[in-house]
Amino acid sequence: MTAEQENPMIADQEKLMALDTPAGEPSGIELVNVTKRFRGGVVAVKDVSLSVQPGEFVALVGPSGCGKSTVLRMIAGLEEVSAGRVRIGDRDVTAELPQHRDVAMVFQSYALYPRMSVRRNLGFGLRMRRTEKGERNRRVAEVADVLGLEHLLDRRPGALSGGQRQRVAMGRAIVREPRVFLMDEPLSNLDAKLRVSMRAQLSLLHKRLGVTTVYVTHDQIEAMTLGQRVAVLRDGTLQQFDTPQRLFRYPVNLFVAAFIGSPSMNFVQARVADGAVSFSGTKIPLPAGSPLAGADRSVILGMRPTAFATGSANGWPTLRVVPEVVEELGDERYVIFDVDAPRVDTEETRAAVDAQAADDALLLPEDRARFTVRLPTDPPIDVGETVSLALNPNRLYFFDPDSGAALGPTPEQDSSAR
Amino acid sequence: MTTTATPPPPASVAAPATGPEPADGPVRIRSPWAGYTTTARYIILFALVCVFLLPVYVLLITAFKDLAQVSPSRMWEWPDSLSLDTYRAVWPKLQDGLRNSLAMAIPAALISSFLGAANGFVLSKWRFPGADIVFPLILFGMFIPYQAILIPMRQTISDLHLLGGLNGLILAHVIYGLPITTLIFRSYFTGISDELIDAAQVDGAGMIRTFLFVALPIAVPAFAVSVIWQFTSAWNDFLFGLVLTNPDHWPVTVALNNVAGGQVVPYHEAMAAALLASIPTLLVYILMGRFFMRGLMAGALKG
Repeated sequence: MTAEQENPMIADQEKLMALDTPAGEPSGIELVNVTKRFRGGVVAVKDVSLSVQPGEFVALVGPSGCGKSTVLRMIAGLEEVSAGRVRIGDRDVTAELPQHRDVAMVFQSYALYPRMSVRRNLGFGLRMRRTEKGERNRRVAEVADVLGLEHLLDRRPGALSGGQRQRVAMGRAIVREPRVFLMDEPLSNLDAKLRVSMRAQLSLLHKRLGVTTVYVTHDQIEAMTLGQRVAVLRDGTLQQFDTPQRLFRYPVNLFVAAFIGSPSMNFVQARVADGAVSFSGTKIPLPAGSPLAGADRSVILGMRPTAFATGSANGWPTLRVVPEVVEELGDERYVIFDVDAPRVDTEETRAAVDAQAADDALLLPEDRARFTVRLPTDPPIDVGETVSLALNPNRLYFFDPDSGAALGPTPEQDSSAR
Repeated sequence: MTTTATPPPPASVAAPATGPEPADGPVRIRSPWAGYTTTARYIILFALVCVFLLPVYVLLITAFKDLAQVSPSRMWEWPDSLSLDTYRAVWPKLQDGLRNSLAMAIPAALISSFLGAANGFVLSKWRFPGADIVFPLILFGMFIPYQAILIPMRQTISDLHLLGGLNGLILAHVIYGLPITTLIFRSYFTGISDELIDAAQVDGAGMIRTFLFVALPIAVPAFAVSVIWQFTSAWNDFLFGLVLTNPDHWPVTVALNNVAGGQVVPYHEAMAAALLASIPTLLVYILMGRFFMRGLMAGALKG
């Protein structure tokens, strides 16, 4: 990695503040019952309705092949919709060519024009829109200054590092001052460290410019950190569209629950009866106001890795487990153990887990549920030695074993408990 | 944070790993027979090169001989003197043909390459319904033998009032070159990222400006291949030139044929004329061949 690459994208905050904001009010985006059927019959997007507020930063997230890029390309006009309408601002753009939609897009591969200098790459969109030359040069210079590209303006993309190319791709979008930014996994070709710093820069940039942004990623952490609201897609259908906090706390189904959060939520087949849920010999009283209070049924029980604590603190129900793997991360540790209960292996959890790491398939076939929990570094925990873990009864998630739909918690229930 | 951290190894296992001693200087991995096989390989290659270059050798030495020295039985012999008289003798006979050929082959190669680029772009990057039917139909043109279409083509060119001059010949070569140039450019553009074309569209360029400003500049290597191919085939063509033009506009291939004509074949003149006639195609290879090697796409995509 060159020293250049480590430079932050925005070299100077003051320059950023001086940057032109797009004229006029930002535009919202509205997808109404949008469906995409490809030639050959594959349905990539099914009846998606999504409304992005003016100036909002929305992340589209889902496993590969879920149709998130297709949604973005339909907003850009690079794909025709098979059914439904696309609106940008107060205009119906469903039948409009991409060049007339006034959107700017940042591509995963950056898609810089290889035979043009950085200057001409940045100015291409303005040139195509017949912006007057003096104005074009002024805007290119301004954006190059903010992104720290001034000294690279006469180079070709081939002579740039990965981070610099990424900045040029970003600059090419900013310089246009469009109504909408569309970003298709713009950070996925950067190395992990640069990606994290770029993420923060992107947030900053959005705050400053206030342009409506739709951001596609397969990385749920990226989606959660960047998006003011996050749309989770699976197999072309919109699962849930909400703020990151609410996605995390109130997932509507098993897929969203398994997809959001890292490490993933732990699931186990359990039984609700007499106001308590039990699995593997552990009985946990249902939280106050639970809609399942009077039920007698089997459920899938979900627990976040952070819902556990060592010891038997707070009078929480405890679980006696034998750690199989302990992963030390410095200021915390992940403890992995088996639970004496059947494993939850629905299509939904598998799809969600596959999305996070394609290699996450089990090395050894397992028929027992396996939990990953996050614990503080003390007291020490040894592999193979039984420990008891306390489980926060207010952080349980319930799902219907057949439909995968969430049975709780609900926001109403949380507010009544408070 | 992913869960890839591993616990520290127990102390008892943590024996220091000592690798093999580092060698002095670089060490090459090679089989014990490498020396012999390499030598044998070069000997075989050299022998094959000699075989392939024999005709060129005969052409070169014969062109320097005079009429008395030329005979099939003495064809391997070195010329008595390296005189350029033969070249001086054939030059006037070829002059007009060379000029005609240049005036015909250069526009024919450029126009058919440009049109092929447009075809290839549309067939690979700006797809329209039916593109999968149109492309094989265009390709089909490559497999039609010249002789089969000669008479209708002459009639068509005549109906267009282009018969006799160079323009009719250029038109014939442009059209006959389109299948192969379309194939070259379609293959080339297929290998180029779609995102580049998408980016141009989002940036506000329509089909024609995307082609001219984004696709065509990237296609320089394909353009070189196509121009070399088209120039060579137009230059080397004899049949079209003979049938479609009048003697004032005969290309060099027809002139070359006339040098070799007559009762006695003046081999030395034929060889000298052949050498002169092949210089332009050689130059095209030398000047444009380097574009084959260049990675002109460097930097478009992720690093």
